[in-house]
Amino acid sequence: MMSEYPLSEMDEQDLSRERRLEEIRRQAEQRGQLQVVGPPPAGAPFPQASPQHGYYGIPLLKEPPWTWEIPLYFFVGGAAGAAAVIGAIADYTGADRELVQHARWIAAAGSVISPALLIADLGRPERFLAMLRVFKPQSPMSVGVWTLLGFSSGAAAAAFAGFLRDRYGPSLPLKVLENAGQAASLAFGLPFSNYTGVLIGATAIPVWNRNAADLPLHFAASGLGAAVGILELMGHRKSRALQALGLGAAIFESWEGLRIEGRSHPELDPLKHGPSGWITRAGGLLSGPLPAALRIASFFGSKKNSASLRRAAAWSAIAGSLITRFAWVRAGHVSARNWKLPLQIEDDGHPPPKLSSASHR
Amino acid sequence: MSVTAFLTDSTLCIGCKACEVACKEWNGVDQDGFDWSGFSYDNTGAVGASTWRHVKFVEQPPLPGFGGNAAEPTSWTFSSDVCKHCEEAGCLEACPTGSIVRTEFGGVFIQPDVCNGCGYCVTACPFGVVERNQKDGRAFKCTFCYDRQKVGLQPACAKACPTESIKFGEIEHLREDAQKRVNELHSRGMQDAVIYDPTDTSVGGTHAMFIVRGDPRTYNLPPSPDVPTVYLKKSWVSSALAAGLLLGGTLLAFLADGDGRR
Repeated sequence: MMSEYPLSEMDEQDLSRERRLEEIRRQAEQRGQLQVVGPPPAGAPFPQASPQHGYYGIPLLKEPPWTWEIPLYFFVGGAAGAAAVIGAIADYTGADRELVQHARWIAAAGSVISPALLIADLGRPERFLAMLRVFKPQSPMSVGVWTLLGFSSGAAAAAFAGFLRDRYGPSLPLKVLENAGQAASLAFGLPFSNYTGVLIGATAIPVWNRNAADLPLHFAASGLGAAVGILELMGHRKSRALQALGLGAAIFESWEGLRIEGRSHPELDPLKHGPSGWITRAGGLLSGPLPAALRIASFFGSKKNSASLRRAAAWSAIAGSLITRFAWVRAGHVSARNWKLPLQIEDDGHPPPKLSSASHR
Repeated sequence: MSVTAFLTDSTLCIGCKACEVACKEWNGVDQDGFDWSGFSYDNTGAVGASTWRHVKFVEQPPLPGFGGNAAEPTSWTFSSDVCKHCEEAGCLEACPTGSIVRTEFGGVFIQPDVCNGCGYCVTACPFGVVERNQKDGRAFKCTFCYDRQKVGLQPACAKACPTESIKFGEIEHLREDAQKRVNELHSRGMQDAVIYDPTDTSVGGTHAMFIVRGDPRTYNLPPSPDVPTVYLKKSWVSSALAAGLLLGGTLLAFLADGDGRR
């Protein structure tokens, strides 16, 4: 990066100054003081602003300020929402009581962990309740918070009432609470498992909004795979319904992976190149082709083999779902740093500037 | 009480940064630190949580009329950047607390006593203006000097600007002034002077217009910014489809599975 400008065209005096400047920069780099390195300078001793380089290649967009809590929240919410749906449907269709109650516990765990993660990520956690003073249909964050509220109340009530019923026998108030809670956790669980796709899809971040129509479906499949996996690890490795759902989720995730790889928009680059690309691929393989293959293999072979194959598929889908959420958030960061996309500058092969975001703020 | 706007004319800006200083002084904005960027005399880089006005130092090869024809290696132009106060503001729509509001002057204002620092507005701004102050926890940006406007004063940056590069006034008048100024620049041979006010995009125009010479992208002004609400429809359709598939698929799986019945 240092000596790409035409030193040969400079006179002797400029050349010596230029060499001194490079020496200072090198020293600063060695001491780790150099905060910002510009794009390849265009033809002058100074980096120049130009329509091809934007404003020195300084990114226009801001990176999302979220930390690890948010991708983890996406994972927990997806799995908990899908588990609530599985629990309610299993109950309505008369599946075995243990499966229903296990699914409810997963949803109930999510109903506690999700708000904790969401609140922990706020810049002012003590003001969480400010989100409950308005409802704004045009804000996915607002819709999501109210969905979370409905889901958490329902899922916790259903699991708790179910537990009391199993322990102390049925009674009318418990029955009402259990059924109402379950209905609410189903109604809110459906959007709760995928709204986070809308949340990041409707933003200014190019890699996210380019996939606005894909993300909710993608996240729903990812959450379903994780919920099925957790239930299987809790011992339900013989349920054919879970097997079918796990296979369905894995096949959808495989298709989503092919869809990402098969399209070539510059907005999708963070999903394919660099560290964020490899994380995306790792998450995709673990949620799609690998569990799909393991589940198909489990159809054949002995009972014991089949159970361990399903256990492996379960672990793979859970890990894949978790990694996928982190991959999308990471890709969002990379995408926000790309100054070319919002300025509609054609990619001419220049590497993005190494801008360690003069981050003192 | 009228709807107001900024018109920032980069052909008049001398890069003194008085607007940055006046803004910081009036609003009590935190310091930016002492980093050297290597990009001309701009060591701030962009507007953000602690920079509500930001002077860009645009270095370009010298062009006729761009600071004369002297044998300088570069020519300088300056432009004071600020929150655009969009007509359709992404941050305002995204805010889940209702902290971000439209003021009676048409500006977009974050109420600091309501903001809980969720950070969603940061991802919703197509101009990369809003930023969360990681120390304070809340999101910050230009307030359009709402407090000053309320008592009939002009914003601090416009007041401090020594060359009237930052003009403040009633939005319709400023739109006319901008057109007059550009016509004048054209008549003086600066054919590349343009008004930046993205009225024909989903942002629907801004309350901070700019006059720049050449391609606005050189000033990090995006050619067609989009308010993220344009993605809502297809995103929620996909969400509804996902919910339907999840419900139908689960129902089918459990109905077909006779073994699992109790």
